[in-house]
Amino acid sequence: MKKIQIFGLVIIAVAIGIIVSTAGDASTYVDFTKAKEMAQDGDNESIHVVGKLKKDGMGQIVDMKYQPEIDPNYFVFTLVDNNNVEQQVIYRNSKPQDFDKSEQVVVVGKIKDGTFSAEKILMKCPSKYENGKMETTEHTAAKS
Amino acid sequence: MIHSTIGSAGHLLIIIAFVTALVATFAYFKSGIARGALAGGTVEETLTWKKFARIVFYIHVAAVIGIVFSLYWIIGNHYFEYHYAWKNSSLSLPTGYTISSFWQDQEGSFLLWIFWNTILGCVLIFTNRSWEAPVMTVFALVQAFLTSMILGVVIPGLDLKIGSTPFLLLKEVMPDLPVYKMDPNFIPKDGNGLNPLLQNYWMVIHPPTLFLGFATTLIPFSFAIAGLWTKRIQEWIRPALPWALFSSMVLGVGILMGAYWAYETLNFGSYWNWDPVENSSIVPWLVLVAAVHTMIIGRRNATALKTAFILTIATFILILYSTFMTRSGVLGNASVHSFTDLGLSGQLLIYLGTFTVVAIGLLVYRWKMLPTDEEEVSTYSQEFWIFIGATVLCLSGFQILATTSIPVYNKIAEAFGTVLNMALPADQVGHYNKFQLWFFSLIIVLTGIGQFFWWKRVGKGNLQALYNPLLITLLISAAVITFKGVKDIQYIVLLTTSIFAIVANGTILLNIIRGNYNLSGGAITHIGVALMLVGILFSSAYTKVVSINNSGLMISRSEEFTNNDNKENKENITLWLNKPEKMGDYMLTWRDVRVEPRHIPGYIPKSWVDIVEGDFHAVALRDIVVNNQKYNSKGDTIEIFPENFYYEIDYREPSGKIFTLFPRVQLNPRMGGIVSSPDIQRKVDKDLYTYVSMVTNPNAEPVWSQTENFTVNLRDTFFVNDYVAILDNVVRTDDVEGVKLNEGDAAVKAIIRILDNDKEFVITPSFVIRDRMVARKPEVSNELGMRIQFQEINPQTGKFTFGVNTTQRDFIVMKATEKPLINILWLGTFVLVIGFILATVRRFKEFIKMRNKENQPTGQAKVKPKVQTV
Repeated sequence: MKKIQIFGLVIIAVAIGIIVSTAGDASTYVDFTKAKEMAQDGDNESIHVVGKLKKDGMGQIVDMKYQPEIDPNYFVFTLVDNNNVEQQVIYRNSKPQDFDKSEQVVVVGKIKDGTFSAEKILMKCPSKYENGKMETTEHTAAKS
Repeated sequence: MIHSTIGSAGHLLIIIAFVTALVATFAYFKSGIARGALAGGTVEETLTWKKFARIVFYIHVAAVIGIVFSLYWIIGNHYFEYHYAWKNSSLSLPTGYTISSFWQDQEGSFLLWIFWNTILGCVLIFTNRSWEAPVMTVFALVQAFLTSMILGVVIPGLDLKIGSTPFLLLKEVMPDLPVYKMDPNFIPKDGNGLNPLLQNYWMVIHPPTLFLGFATTLIPFSFAIAGLWTKRIQEWIRPALPWALFSSMVLGVGILMGAYWAYETLNFGSYWNWDPVENSSIVPWLVLVAAVHTMIIGRRNATALKTAFILTIATFILILYSTFMTRSGVLGNASVHSFTDLGLSGQLLIYLGTFTVVAIGLLVYRWKMLPTDEEEVSTYSQEFWIFIGATVLCLSGFQILATTSIPVYNKIAEAFGTVLNMALPADQVGHYNKFQLWFFSLIIVLTGIGQFFWWKRVGKGNLQALYNPLLITLLISAAVITFKGVKDIQYIVLLTTSIFAIVANGTILLNIIRGNYNLSGGAITHIGVALMLVGILFSSAYTKVVSINNSGLMISRSEEFTNNDNKENKENITLWLNKPEKMGDYMLTWRDVRVEPRHIPGYIPKSWVDIVEGDFHAVALRDIVVNNQKYNSKGDTIEIFPENFYYEIDYREPSGKIFTLFPRVQLNPRMGGIVSSPDIQRKVDKDLYTYVSMVTNPNAEPVWSQTENFTVNLRDTFFVNDYVAILDNVVRTDDVEGVKLNEGDAAVKAIIRILDNDKEFVITPSFVIRDRMVARKPEVSNELGMRIQFQEINPQTGKFTFGVNTTQRDFIVMKATEKPLINILWLGTFVLVIGFILATVRRFKEFIKMRNKENQPTGQAKVKPKVQTV
């Protein structure tokens, strides 16, 4: 075999390795029911869940707590996924600015001991200037 | 009055530009064909077509300049009847930033790209007559596609919209606004303004630089296509190479400017976030750099030549792909800063598809014509090592692309009726770093080895020249690793390989710079990259969070924190107004909120002015004196940046030295509300990076509790809001702020002392009898979250009554990190740019020399191709 052919094979092998690893690292969009199943099965992978904040009849957000005077790194809220399953979410960081205004929230993380521990929060807020369009912002609980 | 002329003119010019681009494509194509098949056409025919094409292209250039001028005229003159001006600019925008509003939106940024292409097209016509026809065919075709993106023409009957024009009136875009029912000629008084986050000098130069980078990748691509087309399989490299180098430099600088802006402005806490938009610009750059290397050896090695074709074509296609990703809305949830869909996705796909198919088709068609190597390349040859380097660069790009394209896979699956539900990796930074660290360790080693082989310092059976650099590297690396405490194996590898690259390239540089500094571009560029890697390594991997919360408060919070040994995220600390808090080695005090005046240096306290709501003016509440210079008197109206608030935070170092940082908080409805930006204390060896992670809206009025009344005697102690308060005295006063006392008026003020844990506050509310009317002047303490009003004096009992309201005390939550050795990254950037400039100049000189040599003898023989004098 010529050197160039061996070389080509190595490249193809590395490329396949990259693809396999990307597929392995890629996260998925699931709902809370599935997330709980995964947690029970001992699957430790971080997943994406899309949901809305839990609100009462008046449109007020309920079950949300952030007390910076006690601990600025602890934020709890309740998210309702698209199948109307509620789940408490803990975000160990400061509460993202304008969190209250967000229409849709994507949490990235996993269920631990019955609560969803979020590593990252993506929020969609209604844009003031572009009707019907949403702005996305991203917040990460540091420690990468 | 609606200024409809300028918009119509602009729109007409766009149509002219589109048509002329198509005609120029055809004419240049004809000229190229005639030249390619001499049997079919005469030389005269070639020249006639070429002359015609050139004139048409010049008309195109004029039209494009006209479009740019029209759009700028609309923005600069604040014609808010136009949607583009209304959406992206405002009266309050400083002149410098009106330029930015030009390219804030999609149409303008396409226009910027089109504009650069016309400039580059003209430069090519003037410098390179012999390649003009085939190269400009590709150029004009690209221009046709780009101008079609801003065409904004609806094909009647089909209901098909082609492109989106920036010259639409507001009422054409939003005809349903209720105001148009009442007044069809309504013109908004002011625009929405430029996103305040982009009101930054980097945002004035970053987009043009990046788009110049994008535009320049077209040149090597055009030459490669022209080379295939006219069968000048190897000759295309010489004119293309200087442009490829120039393009790498401009695109690289453009990307880094974006990174620097992100570092200074966004609170990602970093200069690189592996955001899909960032990724889609770095991938073409990596491939372009690989293409440059294969071009350099492509004249001697057939495999490299083939690869040069592939990579040059790939670079341009990747630029188109990246344009598609960022503008088609496909990234959707995935990216923070992609454009929204303008309904151009279909058009972008056609654009991408056309060039991919045509370029690859042509390459396949000509593949047999490309030379092949007779004998196998030796492991000891320069070509071998450069080739490997280029390959690793491509693999690195491939890995980034494979992950960044995840949203695209979902879309493709959707098109086939399945649901994939794939999401980007949860830990993106970790995912990319896992690969890129090793790729770059390899690449940077290869730069050193490659240079030694290139300059023939080493060869078969002659490797000892590499021993010295290797030895020096090991010594330096060992020292740095020990001194800096680098412990992780992957960082040790990256550090050692980078140091090797610096030493090896440095050795080569010392050798050749004595001979001819013109040739030193490669070595210098490599040193720049190696320095950048060292800077990235330390500033990212060894970022230290300084603001570890050790106030002990969280102990109150049950298992959550006692869990995990109290080591959960505690990277934010809370600062109360004027209350010192210990953070790492520093003692921090949040002093004040400040605003940014436009014509006064620095920031002034917010309490000095009263901001006019919904405007960029404020009324001075006192004389404005900064640095002993008086700028305004009380009552003056001054201009400010109304969105920006700066939180004055004092840092007291252990030595007692105090410095102040002003992290910014911006009220930015476009970004969803409040955006915070860092302030950075720059030291030679590290940056101290501070940002406010949470504040209450600085414009919000405090919410006061119900008034609680206290009736006390002099020297009585009472408890307000858990503080001990003592009424020390009540004294007569002649001076009450905001109240003018006349004769016969009387005023007293109470002196109330309030004890906090470590500090005493004195609050002095006043009680005024003026024109026989009682006025009460309360005093507010933001530190205590308290307002005290002097309610009543009872002369019978000698008691005084005070009304007290309380509110949440003012606080901010902030985070601070240290980024060691980040300056090495910026230093490396400068070195990189210098290297690229040297290399570009050298290759351009070579091209000129070659061109003039070719032109001299043929100048007389053939039918007068114009000889250029340079």
